[in-house]
Amino acid sequence: MAVTTIPARPPASRDRHRRGKSRWIVLAVVTIAALVMLVPFVFMLLNAFKSPGDYSTGGPLSWPSEFYTKGLSNYWNQVNFPLKLWNSLLIAGSVAVLGVVVSLLNAYALGIGRVKGRLWIVGLFLLANMLPQEALIYPLYYAAKQVGLYNTQLSVIIIFTVIQSAFGTYLLASVLSTFPKSVLEAASLDGAGKWTVLWRVIFPNLRPTLAVLLIFFFIWTWNEFLIPLVMLIDNSTQTIPVALASLQGDRLMDAPTTNAGALISLIPAVLFFIIFQRTLSRGITAGAEK
Amino acid sequence: MALTETSAAQQRPAAPAAPKPPKRKRSGAGYWLYLLPGALLFLVVIGGPLIATVYLSLTKWSGIGDPTFIGFDNYTRLFQDEVFWQSFKNTVAMIIAMVVVPTLAGLVLASVLFDVIGRKFKPRTASALRAAFYLPQVLPVVVAGIVWGWILRPDGAFNGLLDVIGLGALRHDWLGDPDTALPSVMGVMIWVQIGYPVVVFMAALQRVDPELHEAAEVDGANWWHRFRAITLPQIRPETFVVALTCTIAALKVFGPVFALTRGGPENATNVPSYFAYYTFFKKLQVGYGSAISTVLTLIIIIVAAVFIYLQYRNERQDREV
Repeated sequence: MAVTTIPARPPASRDRHRRGKSRWIVLAVVTIAALVMLVPFVFMLLNAFKSPGDYSTGGPLSWPSEFYTKGLSNYWNQVNFPLKLWNSLLIAGSVAVLGVVVSLLNAYALGIGRVKGRLWIVGLFLLANMLPQEALIYPLYYAAKQVGLYNTQLSVIIIFTVIQSAFGTYLLASVLSTFPKSVLEAASLDGAGKWTVLWRVIFPNLRPTLAVLLIFFFIWTWNEFLIPLVMLIDNSTQTIPVALASLQGDRLMDAPTTNAGALISLIPAVLFFIIFQRTLSRGITAGAEK
Repeated sequence: MALTETSAAQQRPAAPAAPKPPKRKRSGAGYWLYLLPGALLFLVVIGGPLIATVYLSLTKWSGIGDPTFIGFDNYTRLFQDEVFWQSFKNTVAMIIAMVVVPTLAGLVLASVLFDVIGRKFKPRTASALRAAFYLPQVLPVVVAGIVWGWILRPDGAFNGLLDVIGLGALRHDWLGDPDTALPSVMGVMIWVQIGYPVVVFMAALQRVDPELHEAAEVDGANWWHRFRAITLPQIRPETFVVALTCTIAALKVFGPVFALTRGGPENATNVPSYFAYYTFFKKLQVGYGSAISTVLTLIIIIVAAVFIYLQYRNERQDREV
C-alpha cells in the first residue's frame, strides 16, 4: 500500500485506454449475472397468468395462450388474502412501533443513564438476538396455551417486540453512549427531567436512526416464519408467508396457483421496499455523518 | 439484572438531599425505571423460555402431564443419532452456500460494481444492477422457497429450460433425489443470500478514500492489485459483520428448508432447526427437541464468541501497527 504519487502519466493513460474495451466486457458479464438473478421472477410471472390446462400442454416455458387471471382470484379467495394482509400488517406494524419504543427506553437507561452492569446487560441483549428461535419456541407455545394467547396475533406481537428490541437496544445503546454530554447538561440546567430530556432532546436527535430501525423491524417481522407458523394455526390469524406455506403443504395447489399465490405474496414486500428505500438510504447516511 | 436494579435503587433515597456538585455522580439513579418494562418483557419472552428449554432437555416429556427428569439421556441419545450428525453436516453445506460463496462473490461483485461500473459508466447503471442482486433479499424467504420448489419440480421450469437448450437428457427430480437435493437447496440459498453482502460492501466502499485508488492506478496497479491491497483491508470491519451475521443465519436456517424439502428426502437436507421443530411438534418429543435446541444454541454462542474475539484481536493488531 506504499503509494507514492509520481507523475507517471504515459503508462496510466495507456492502461486506461486498454480498460476502455475491457470495461464493456465487465459490464456484459455483470449484467448477465444480474439477469440470471431475475430469471425466477420471470418464470413466476409467466406462469401466474396461465390456466392449468395451458400449463400441462405447453409446459412451464411457453407463452400463456390466454391472459388467465383465475389463478390469482382463486388464491385470493381461497386464503382470504385481504385478511392475511391485515394480519401481517397488524403484526409487523405493532412490532415495529412497540419494538422501537422498548429499544429507546432500554437504550436510554443503558447509554445515557449508564446503569450499573450495563455492559453485561447489553451483552445479554446481543446474545438474545443471536439465539435460535427453537430454543424458545416450546416454552412460549406452552405458556401461550396456558394463558389463552395461543392462536392470537397478540402473542406473536409480544414475542417479536422483545426479539427485535434486543437488537434495537444493542444498536441504540451504542449510539447513545456517544451522545454529547454538553447537550444533556444544558437541558438539565434548564430544569428538564429525565422524561422531558428523553422526548425533547434525545428523540428528535435520534429520529433518522429510529426510522431505519422501524423499517427494519417491520420488514424482519413481516418475513418471519417459524414463530407465526407455530403460534397461528387458524385461517383468521395467519400471516401471508404462513398462509402460502400451509396451502402448499396441503398439496392443493397446481403450478399456476402456486405462482399466482407467490406473486400476490411478494407484491407487498416489494412495495415496502420501494417506499422505504429512500428513507433507508437517507437514514443510513444521517447515521454515518455523526 | 436484578442485582443492578437493587443497587441502583439503594442509591436513590440519598439523592434528593445531596447538594449540586455530586449531582452528576448520582445521575445514574432513576434511569433503571426506564429499563424495567424491557427487562420484564425480556425475562418473560427470552430468559424464562431459554432456561425452561435447557431444563426440559434433561427430561422426557410429550407436552402433556408432567416432564420426567432423566438426566443427560437425551444428550447421549443425540450423539448417537445419525439424523443429528447428518443435520450438522448439512449445516456445513449451508455455511458454504450462505456465507462462503456469497461473501466471496459479494466482495468481487461489489467492487466491480463500485469501481468499474460505477466510475466508468453512469452511477445509475451500478444501482440498477445492485437492485437486481438485492431483489431476492426483499421477498419473504418462504415465498422464495415455494417458487424455487416449483421451479425444481419434475414438471417445473428448470427441467423445461433444460429441454429448450437441448439438455433434456439431464431432466431430473432435483429436490426429490437425495443426491441432488442438497446441492439444489444450496444453489437456492446462494441466490437468496448474495444481495446482502453486495449491498453492505458497496456501502462500505463509499467510505474508502478514492485518492488511494487513484494514486495506485497512477502507479500502474491493476484492478486485482488494488482490490487486494486497498479494497480488502479497508472494508475488513464490514466483512466481519457480514460473515458473522450470515454464519448465524446459516446455523439457524429454517424457512427455506421447510418450504423446499421439509428436510427430505431421507434427511438429505435436514438441518438442526428443522430437526428440532419436527421433534417438538410432529414427534411430540419435547425433551429430545429441547436437547437439539440447546446444542444448537451452544454452537451459535461459541461461533459468535470466536468471531467477536477474532475481530477484537484484528482491531488491536491494526492499532499496534
